[in-house]
Amino acid sequence: MKAELRDILTSLRASYLRELRAYFATPLAYVFVAIFLMLVGVFTWEASRFFDTGLADLQPFFYWHPWLYMIFLPALSMRLWADEIAYSTSELLFSLPVSLFGLATGKLLAAWSVAALSLVLTFPMWITVNYLGAPDNGAIAITYLTSLLMAGAYLSIGAAMSSLFSSQVLAYIAGILVAFVFTAAGWPMLVGAISGLLGAAAGDLVAQFSFLTYFETAQRGVLELRALLYFGGVILAWLSLNTIWVANKRAFAG
Amino acid sequence: MLELKQLSKSFGGRTAVESMSFSLNKGEVLGFLGQNGAGKSTTMRMAAGVIEPDKGDVIVAGHSIVSNRREAQRRLGFLPEGAPLYPDMTPLDFLNFLCSAHRISRSDCRSAVERVIADARIADVMSKRISTLSKGYRRRVGLAGALIHDPDVLILDEPTDGLDPIQKRAVRALISRMAKDKAIVISTHTLEEVPAMCNRVIVIDQGKLIADSSPEDMAKRRKGGLEEAFIDLVSKKEAASNEG
Repeated sequence: MKAELRDILTSLRASYLRELRAYFATPLAYVFVAIFLMLVGVFTWEASRFFDTGLADLQPFFYWHPWLYMIFLPALSMRLWADEIAYSTSELLFSLPVSLFGLATGKLLAAWSVAALSLVLTFPMWITVNYLGAPDNGAIAITYLTSLLMAGAYLSIGAAMSSLFSSQVLAYIAGILVAFVFTAAGWPMLVGAISGLLGAAAGDLVAQFSFLTYFETAQRGVLELRALLYFGGVILAWLSLNTIWVANKRAFAG
Repeated sequence: MLELKQLSKSFGGRTAVESMSFSLNKGEVLGFLGQNGAGKSTTMRMAAGVIEPDKGDVIVAGHSIVSNRREAQRRLGFLPEGAPLYPDMTPLDFLNFLCSAHRISRSDCRSAVERVIADARIADVMSKRISTLSKGYRRRVGLAGALIHDPDVLILDEPTDGLDPIQKRAVRALISRMAKDKAIVISTHTLEEVPAMCNRVIVIDQGKLIADSSPEDMAKRRKGGLEEAFIDLVSKKEAASNEG
């Protein structure tokens, strides 16, 4: 057990440092951060008409996070395994005495770190609302934390999808499709339609699987244990699937 | 040092390797020969733990690759076909990454990197991106990676492919130097280099072992030497399977 944990941590560290270096060795991380910041600004200031609300809070900013993550985070995770398969470096990885779960976790954490950096760089939004009024900074901190957790959940889906393809494009499309299911399941219009067709209980049940449901609670400044457990559970489940799918490549590779 | 026990692998109903068994001792350098598609790479990938065998086992320095994969892989260095590397890394980053994966401490890693830089003669490209290196240099960086943890067993899939004659000679000399305290398996299509590197030859065809001898004994089978003997062996096997 102790040896297994040591192997996991060794593999995690090795793959985290490698992937993080890979993100910043190419324009990928810089382009991602720049586009994310630009779009989050456009959506907050223009689409949500921030200045017209007359409120000093970050609701218009956080509102778009799930939808932006759904589109952008699969682009960050699409290369994690697809490139290993495309360049055959998976052959090299599989010949090393490493834990696949540790490798998968290290890759996820590297992508998550880039997403966290993007989130940190939105601090001018926070400065702006504090300049304009007296927002509830506790609620803002809770929403930031939940947003970061939600980003991890989206990335865990994208990383798992990436292990199924040797093409980044296919990995990206598959990542978006699965992420869409986990997002749209809590969309009021869809929940209303399901409730109308199958009853309110069915609508509520579907909404329980959505990232939106838990993120909306956080936006009200409530840090719920069930939200932490939900996002943690989603990350762990997709990380496990990722590990299983990579292990299957070792077992059945041609 | 290395033992393959009844190793078998099929892909989608097609048998790639069938009941492959042989063992290799310290000091032996095995030339692993066969036509394209004979099952050489599949056997080597199973021996390195890259893919799992359907049946059988591989024992590396007393550790089973099936039941104790990581311990077996700690004693094994593998150069895959085509020497795949991370194009965005420098050779130095790549070797440091392998040190981490092999749990080599920072101070030991520094000396290990210095050792393999000298062995593989890659000192002048250490800070260049791998994507900018020539095929020959990439192969040597891959070889340096396989040697970083000073393994007991080395499995090299076409280590001299893409190298110029001078580089080939250097790699052959390196293999001869290392042969004293390691068991080495080399696959190659260049039969002329087998006597220079190997003291044992195994020929496989359609996933089965068809010959196992010294290069000298195999060369004596036919007048034209090792190449003629190899062609003779493989074509006889083909004729027999066509008749069957």
